[in-house]
Amino acid sequence: MAVLLVTGLAGTALAAPLRWASDAEANVPFVFHDPADQSRLIGYEYEIAQAIARRLGRPTQFVQNDWDGLIPGLQRGLYDMVIDGIEITPEHEQGVAFSHPYYVTSERITVRRDQQGLDTLAALHGHVVGTLKDTTAERMLQADPSIHIRSYEEETNAYTDLKNGRLDAVLLDGTISLYYGAPDPELKLVGGPIGRISYGIAVATGNTALRDQVNGALDAMMRDGELHRILARWKLWTPEMAELTGDRGTPDIAPDAWRHYMEATAPRAGWQARLARYVGFLPLLLHGAVLTLVVSACAMVVAVALGLALALARRYGPRWLAMLATLYVEIVRGTPLLIQILFIFYALPGIGLRLSPFVAGVLALGMNYAAYEAENYRAGLQSVARGQIEAALALNMTHMQALRFVVVPQAVRMVIPIMTNDFISLLKDSSLVSVITLTELSQTYVRLSSTYYDYFGTGLLIGAAYLLLGLPFVRLARMAEARFATGQRRQGRTGHP
Amino acid sequence: MRAEQVRKTFDGHEVLRGISLSVTRGELVSIIGPSGCGKSTFLRCLNFLEIPDDGAVTIADVAIIRSGGRWTRADEDAAHRLRAHVGMVFQSFNLFPHRTVLDNVMLAPMRVKRLPAETARAEALALLDKVGLSAIAARYPDTLSGGQQQRAAIARALAMRPDVMLYDEPTSALDPELAEEVLSVMRALDEDGMTQIVVTHDMRFARAASDRVVFMEGGEIVEIDDPDILYVSPQDMRTRRFLRSVL
Repeated sequence: MAVLLVTGLAGTALAAPLRWASDAEANVPFVFHDPADQSRLIGYEYEIAQAIARRLGRPTQFVQNDWDGLIPGLQRGLYDMVIDGIEITPEHEQGVAFSHPYYVTSERITVRRDQQGLDTLAALHGHVVGTLKDTTAERMLQADPSIHIRSYEEETNAYTDLKNGRLDAVLLDGTISLYYGAPDPELKLVGGPIGRISYGIAVATGNTALRDQVNGALDAMMRDGELHRILARWKLWTPEMAELTGDRGTPDIAPDAWRHYMEATAPRAGWQARLARYVGFLPLLLHGAVLTLVVSACAMVVAVALGLALALARRYGPRWLAMLATLYVEIVRGTPLLIQILFIFYALPGIGLRLSPFVAGVLALGMNYAAYEAENYRAGLQSVARGQIEAALALNMTHMQALRFVVVPQAVRMVIPIMTNDFISLLKDSSLVSVITLTELSQTYVRLSSTYYDYFGTGLLIGAAYLLLGLPFVRLARMAEARFATGQRRQGRTGHP
Repeated sequence: MRAEQVRKTFDGHEVLRGISLSVTRGELVSIIGPSGCGKSTFLRCLNFLEIPDDGAVTIADVAIIRSGGRWTRADEDAAHRLRAHVGMVFQSFNLFPHRTVLDNVMLAPMRVKRLPAETARAEALALLDKVGLSAIAARYPDTLSGGQQQRAAIARALAMRPDVMLYDEPTSALDPELAEEVLSVMRALDEDGMTQIVVTHDMRFARAASDRVVFMEGGEIVEIDDPDILYVSPQDMRTRRFLRSVL
């Protein structure tokens, strides 16, 4: 009995966590960081995910991933399911399996407050209209070739451009319009709902077991009103939802989640409130800065080691090895870093190599910079006079010893100032690893600025953080340059005053 | 030290046309001749910084015989064994600029012979004292005069305790008074019984210090003799013409 009880308890405690993913950057009201407390995730889809896991008796584990990487990550097995307002469309169904829809809404048009007459799809004829890429809204707009479509990655950018006059209108999901378009005093929602879109939870094709479990949980949530409660708290209950669920009741549920968000993001009057908000950003900034620094430092270690090996192989290796090294350098230098990062993270699992985002990011950056370092070192090695090797060989050193004790140390002195500069640019290029779920400084900027609609202040903050990170290395580069240019001479003199 | 029928071709141009030379223990032999006669190449063939196409070189108990063909790993190993007996001094000194004079001298004994640091340091300081540089052992090469650098280079080569010292135009880059510092070190070594082979343009030194002088031209040895005989009554027309042009 006691044994049974213990194993029973252990069973629940050790139930495999339900790993679910979403892009919590700038993703109101789906899944996002609570503007009042950035360490907390909230959102109506966050609540749905929690409810499903609870009903399945599994703990949850959230995985942050970039919007573009959500589906590839699912196919890679990084997590079990994705909830991020993904529309159930035939195109999407080719890559994943969808649950029943958990939310149905429609498209809405947003315009500037002073604009008239753009309140139907037909009225948008010939205008410049913004939307998100790969959405139903985008396809609706494409039906009229006279419309100039601007497809964005972030909804905030679309609304900002609308206010700036770069767009005449924005067509987006009701959810997004309600949270980004409607609250803005300069904008207004016009016309009625357009079309119908359904969001589904995506699981890997073939994972019918999980899909059926999720469907069971969703159906139960619709029956017992939990879904209704969640949506109503977010002010998202729609006539379409009533039709879908057959739940035509109007329970008295306060939209407190919606209110909480509106209050937290209301423009703060006065510099003190603004300052308090920025101070609140500091822990996040620090976290991002540490990740940026650690990723960059690890990548630089990889770059230096591999770069040196490549340079030595090219200059002193046997012919086939030198050619291999040259090929590596040319391929890496000739392709974009972003592609390399995505390739290492998403394509290598196809041949059985699964890397964590951190390792993949470090490797991708390191292997990329190794190509540039290799060229630096090669130049450094070339600058060491031929006579130095001859002198070392004449002293009965082996070729390896000559390289190790005579050539490489001199080459290193030559390239240290360049390497320091490379590290600073590595620090900045490390922002690209945000595409494989690492929330470093740049990603922190995207998150904060889009949450608070404040690109200016947070931009200055993040810029300052990068400068602070890079400054020590700028100093180091200057010192190294000064030291190795004249240092030996100066040292010699102090040795013999 | 014995070299037999050493041949070397660069890009179809025959630089060494079968050179043979024996040097006995304790001898100082100078090699003179016009620029491009192959004397430096020959010297560099003796420790295989230049690899001869044909011929044999024997130094102490190591013999390397070449008859065309590839330079193999085993050949490189043999050359490594041979170089243990040979020290070399270059026209441009080739001191290691990233190390002090003392470290230049200590490096190879520590890394190649694996001497303990204290032993290597003591021996290095003794050698630097011998070439008159103990006061500036802690300085970096580029703070020294050319004469000091070349003496440091000699000390560095001696630290490996070679049986034979090769000098490739050791004073050509130096002013006469600095050259004299270097030459006096070489004379002192000669008195200690060191075997030395010197490629030089310094006719006065070659005559005064050498046991024998070799005159080369066009990749061949034209004449080998006691300096007093060679300088006063050369047997060959070409030797006579060369000496008349430089003296």
